Amino acid sequence: MVQEYSSILDWIVFNDPMKNPYYPFVDTYNLPFDIGYKLWEILGGAIAWLINLIFPGNPVSTWLVCDATSTLMGLLIFMLLIFIIAFVSTLIVLWMERKCLGRMMDRRGTMVGMKGFLQCVADGLKTFMKENTAPKKVDKMTYWWCVSLIVGLSVLVLCMVPLSQRWFVVDYQTGLLIIMAFFALAPFLILVSGWAQNNKYSLIGGMRAAELMISYEVPMLILIATTALLAGSFNIGDIVNAQNETVWYIIPQIIGAITFFFCATAEAERVPFDIAEAEAELVEGWQTEYAGMKWGLIMLGDYMRGSVSCSMFAILYLGGWTLPFIGNGPIPEIVFLLKSYLVFFFMILIRCALARVRTDQILNIGWKVFMPLSVINLAIVLLLKVGGVF
Amino acid sequence: MMTDSIVPVKEMEDRMDTDKMWVIMGPQHPFSHGLWTLKVQLDGEIVTDAEPIVGYLHRGWEKETENRTYPKIIPMADRLCYAASMTYTHLYCMTVEKALGIDIPEKAKYIRIVADEVCRIQSHLMWLAAVGTDLGNLTVFLWCMREREFFLDLNVKLCGARMTTNYPRIGGVRNDTTELFDRDIIRAVDRFEKAMWDIIALIDDSSIFVSRMKDISFLTREQCANMGLTGPAMRGCGVDFDIRRDDPYDNYDQVDFEVPVLTKGDSYSRYMIRIEEMFQSCDIIRQAVKKIQALGKNAPYRIKTPSKVPAGTAFTRLEDPRGESLMYLVSDGTDKPYRLKVRSPIFTNVSTSKAMCLGCRIADVPAILAQIDMCLGETDR
Amino acid sequence: MAEVLQKPTVEEIVSKLNSDCPCVNVTRTETRRVYATAPRENSFQVCKYIHDNLTFEHCSTVIGVDYVDHMTVVYHLTNYYTGVMIELSVDIPADDLHIESVTPIWEGANWHERETWELFGIVFDNHPKLQRLLTPDTYEFFPFRKSYKLRGSE
Repeated sequence: MVQEYSSILDWIVFNDPMKNPYYPFVDTYNLPFDIGYKLWEILGGAIAWLINLIFPGNPVSTWLVCDATSTLMGLLIFMLLIFIIAFVSTLIVLWMERKCLGRMMDRRGTMVGMKGFLQCVADGLKTFMKENTAPKKVDKMTYWWCVSLIVGLSVLVLCMVPLSQRWFVVDYQTGLLIIMAFFALAPFLILVSGWAQNNKYSLIGGMRAAELMISYEVPMLILIATTALLAGSFNIGDIVNAQNETVWYIIPQIIGAITFFFCATAEAERVPFDIAEAEAELVEGWQTEYAGMKWGLIMLGDYMRGSVSCSMFAILYLGGWTLPFIGNGPIPEIVFLLKSYLVFFFMILIRCALARVRTDQILNIGWKVFMPLSVINLAIVLLLKVGGVF
Repeated sequence: MMTDSIVPVKEMEDRMDTDKMWVIMGPQHPFSHGLWTLKVQLDGEIVTDAEPIVGYLHRGWEKETENRTYPKIIPMADRLCYAASMTYTHLYCMTVEKALGIDIPEKAKYIRIVADEVCRIQSHLMWLAAVGTDLGNLTVFLWCMREREFFLDLNVKLCGARMTTNYPRIGGVRNDTTELFDRDIIRAVDRFEKAMWDIIALIDDSSIFVSRMKDISFLTREQCANMGLTGPAMRGCGVDFDIRRDDPYDNYDQVDFEVPVLTKGDSYSRYMIRIEEMFQSCDIIRQAVKKIQALGKNAPYRIKTPSKVPAGTAFTRLEDPRGESLMYLVSDGTDKPYRLKVRSPIFTNVSTSKAMCLGCRIADVPAILAQIDMCLGETDR
Repeated sequence: MAEVLQKPTVEEIVSKLNSDCPCVNVTRTETRRVYATAPRENSFQVCKYIHDNLTFEHCSTVIGVDYVDHMTVVYHLTNYYTGVMIELSVDIPADDLHIESVTPIWEGANWHERETWELFGIVFDNHPKLQRLLTPDTYEFFPFRKSYKLRGSE
């Protein structure tokens, strides 16, 4: 197809990305990719037009606006967009925790700029400026790799959570399971890094992370399987649609929702289940030897996992991005984020009111309370399913 | 049969050498409120041995006093304990008065009682704040610190300083109660009694808080008396003894109050004793303020004392917020003490930490040692 | 075995001490206070008697005082039922600073004796762990003795 390029508008044509033969999302519309694609249309089109002005008829300009290049560049911008939105929503979670916690404790919370939001940025800059130190006798490879992998996995999991039907990275049939699998990898790395640091506090912290994991992971997976059973699919979109068609799953599964909430709190290693980094007795637990930016990134990773926990709760029990009677609103992404912030608010409330549990207590709670409750929840769901209610 | 299983589980367990490790908590550790070290030997998470190490703050306080005249020691006594400075100054002045053989005016006695109880409440609030952080909750910490501010303000109202007050004098107190002090203190106490219930509701209604303290670290009455554990921790173990009631000094026999005692002896009963003591202190303050008002505005509050103390020995003791504190004075007839010895309650209390921590988990160590309310200024002296 | 008094009054304490421990010299008494001295050789037996038969369960302090020509160890003992205190002073000659430890009787005296040893050099025999507590292990002198001068005191 040979075109006649004369004006800039010939270069920027705003093709439909879904008509593109290289479109990566098969037949579903993807908003961030659409934005990225259009951005590249403008950017690449302008560059191509400029080059074409100087060297008319050159192959570079045509290459810049061809289908394959547009898809590639669109994908790059798409990745950036997904990450930035996820990152900013994590910062909002962080800011929310500091501000709400401050108010509940009868103090002001952060006060630097934009109602305290810029304190997160300032803290990030501060940890970034710190000298990158590592103790002499650590196991170098595991020490460095663990922090990278923990942070990397947190970012990966956060980016994999879809914000709506049109805002996702991959649309797996088993999306829920894959997110949970990546989510559950972190405690292993915590155990390994606790061992690698050559520090007794870190070692105990790492062991505790493993203890914590075996106590909440099983009930949590049972609960997820229950929801999947109710919806008839492991696909996140299908689960949300099923809730939109019937009722939010928090109503039939109220026991499961409460249990899942506490399991999610444990998954995110927040008070009262932050025994792996119990600062009263273990200094900072498994993070003791991580200083400066490493610590900053680990903290960020913690909050990322916290916001993923809340997102999972919103998906599984609060109808995801849909609203009752409205369904997909005009901006379902905002609805979804607001729901997950609501769940996070309850986590802040828990943190404000409760103390840290002991290791033997969390094992007791996990196997004697969460486990029976999740099985009861499964039984209720089975009854509902067999009875034909859903 | 189960006993003839192929794998000899019991024998294996006996032969299995689990490695014990020493974890050195301190001197810079979030749980040690001050500079001290607790070496704990861990078998997994269970504490099998513990050894406290103190002395990082030893500054030879007792030796330094031998170089100073008697009035100059008063501000030094403030620095023994920053959380309840008034009690040590009070104790020092009482000891010197005993060596001089003089009796101070009634009003000064009541003012000292009021000041002591204000210090007791603020020290206990600081302890409660520390319990909050040791159990992993910051809300308790901040709420207690907020309440404590009102009592620090009372210190300011009484003598102008917040913590190191320099208020009692040999032969009385430095100044009379300031104008409207009695109104303010009654208001503060009334307010505190209401606000305290918020904090109690936060802790005692939460099963997590209670389960972290209940049924751990049992001490019997005999153990407790023999090891020299004193103060609220002792009364939580069943020793029915309070120096204010059983060996009254100043005018504590003129006020009416109850001494809370619990016989269970676990960490939670030691916690409850301190909470109840704060309410009792409020009662004492109310009665003492009434007595001060009854004495009138122009009653004397200080008498002149000689600068030289006759040769001899004297000792007094009083009920510190943390336990029994005692001062022993040897004078040689000059204006400087020959020897002044301070018995700090925490110095002995912390030496019992092995008995308290044995068999508990490492997660409980901060929760248990919070109950002895560390203050290093008086421990190391 | 002599009879055990759980709540002895001051008079009872004085008469008991006079009859059962003739070596003890009660110097004076006040309300709820008994001041007494004992020779070094019998100090342990006296303390054991006071603990076992007069129910003085608590040892408040063990104090060392340097009188240059001799040293004195002062015990403050408390009865938890009546609030009576005994102040027991034991003189030690300056050339032989040894005394029997009371830690086997009162565990609470442990750290007080360690402190007295490290600051005055009074050796408590049979003490389970007589090591430096407040001062650094490298100290080879006893800082609270009168022979150790503070700067500015001359």
